[in-house]
Amino acid sequence: MVNQDGEPIDSLPDFRNVGVIARILVIVNIAMLFAVALSVDSDAELVPSALAKATIVEPILIACLVGLYLGYTRLAPLRYEFAVVLVTIFVVLVTSFIYGAVSVFDASASRFGLARALLMAAIGALLLLEYFRMRNRALSPALVEARLQALQARIRPHFLFNSINAVLSLIRSDPRRAEAVIEDMADLFRTLMADSRQLVTLEDEIKLVRGYLDIEQLRLGDRLNVQWRIDGAPKHAMVPPLFLQPLVENAVYHGVEPGTGPGTIEIDIVRRDDRLVMRLANPYHPQHQHRQGNRIALANIKERLALHFDAEATLTSGAIGDRYEIHVDLPYRRSRKESQES
Amino acid sequence: MTTSSSRVPTRVFIIDDEQPARTRMKEILGDLAPEFATTVVGEATNGQEALIMLATTPADVALVDVQMPEMNGLEFARHAIQLERPPAIIFTTAHDQYAVAAFEVNALDYLLKPVRASRLQAAMQKAVASGPAQREALEKASTAPRHYLSVSERGRITLVPIMDIIYLRAELKYVTVRTKEREFLVEESLTQLEQEFGGVFVRIHRSCLVARRLIKGFERATDPDGESAGWAVLLHGVEERLPVSRRQWSSVKSLVTT
Repeated sequence: MVNQDGEPIDSLPDFRNVGVIARILVIVNIAMLFAVALSVDSDAELVPSALAKATIVEPILIACLVGLYLGYTRLAPLRYEFAVVLVTIFVVLVTSFIYGAVSVFDASASRFGLARALLMAAIGALLLLEYFRMRNRALSPALVEARLQALQARIRPHFLFNSINAVLSLIRSDPRRAEAVIEDMADLFRTLMADSRQLVTLEDEIKLVRGYLDIEQLRLGDRLNVQWRIDGAPKHAMVPPLFLQPLVENAVYHGVEPGTGPGTIEIDIVRRDDRLVMRLANPYHPQHQHRQGNRIALANIKERLALHFDAEATLTSGAIGDRYEIHVDLPYRRSRKESQES
Repeated sequence: MTTSSSRVPTRVFIIDDEQPARTRMKEILGDLAPEFATTVVGEATNGQEALIMLATTPADVALVDVQMPEMNGLEFARHAIQLERPPAIIFTTAHDQYAVAAFEVNALDYLLKPVRASRLQAAMQKAVASGPAQREALEKASTAPRHYLSVSERGRITLVPIMDIIYLRAELKYVTVRTKEREFLVEESLTQLEQEFGGVFVRIHRSCLVARRLIKGFERATDPDGESAGWAVLLHGVEERLPVSRRQWSSVKSLVTT
């Protein structure tokens, strides 16, 4: 992450993320196989030796991952250096405990001494944390880039100038409504220019979308019809900022504006266990798909979802009959506010 | 010119699919009234409506939004020049860099929204002086195929949806447009129609284009002497069989899979 001076701010990897967990599993196991391959004298010993090491390494690995998964929400807010020390101590403790437990049942599994095992666990943990820190720093420019792209993709000149023109038309006849529209525009642009790397609550994102739709309603009148089905939506869920608004803007631009009659946009958001599932549907006008914007906006949102959630978020889209549908599936993260309430 | 236009109000017609944009335009015209008198003779939310209204209520100037659903501003302008008394056209757009570039190249008048009163006045004075746009300039500025062909009949414009056309046949200086119900004559060139609507029609003969999706099949045609005279195409919606030239046969026959 990056602070205002452009200095990277280090943070622990998200131990609840499938991508992070998978990386840890792969790296530790490859390291173990390398160590085994170096230590054995003949090929025949390779498999039995690896299995023997696995009986002690895997329980430690799994126990550490489970512990970090559960403890992540408490570790994450801590100062990075302090969190690193805690994680390392935790890994060492888990190692010594499991080492002791496994030795009771199977003395042969623990051919290396306890001191060596603890040292290796500590060094392994520190190296892995360093790897994630470097990876995070390497990705930070990508995040900044994605933010810039988001900004550019977001301020559609078509929308900006048409909205200004619509507000101008209100100033004499309905100054109060003109004020409200300018306030909505201010909210929208504030969000556009804000730091897009901090997650926001779903409630805030929905409020933003409603403000945006009020502006469009002014221009399009009866042609714009929106059906919200969000009673089952957890309002304190954490989502990337502007994950919904650009999709809705797309739906208006490609689905409602090209039509002469009223066009309906449906927005459904529900929570399914630990997933947040969103569906967006709008009228499909195949002859208007040459407007390039659609694919760019979708690619941009996909990229930002990947940066926030790695492999855990999916976005799919396509025409189903005369409707164009977008499905987004995100891991459900609660904001701290709700955790305290419940 | 300025003195005469200040005495006789310039008749203006406004076409925009967004109500606030039309309201705004009328406000600006109102602001201009002391220096440049205008009267708004009508307004429409789309090109089709505007063509019907303009046939009975002629205007000197039409202010036409470029981005409108179905029939965009440029297509409207191409149909409008067939009116008996076509208006001079000024395009308006919030942001359409392709359209603006095309207007520049072809010397068509346009205004960027939000529109300033002084710009609007200058554009209207210029437009009234120079009259309706040239057909050629409008054709060149068009970036997308039209949705309709227009036929001028007794002062009215009849719009024929492209999707209703079964075939187009060139005869002398006109092109016959055949729909399920009837025939129309349009002043167009078959080659240009083929270029504009290549995805919809296919050439089967030097003088004939047929709708691709309406091809039912082919049969051996016979000439009056009973001799085989190559292939003819069968189309949905009409009984006629249209001859396929030897030259086009190779590319046409692959269109029917059955």
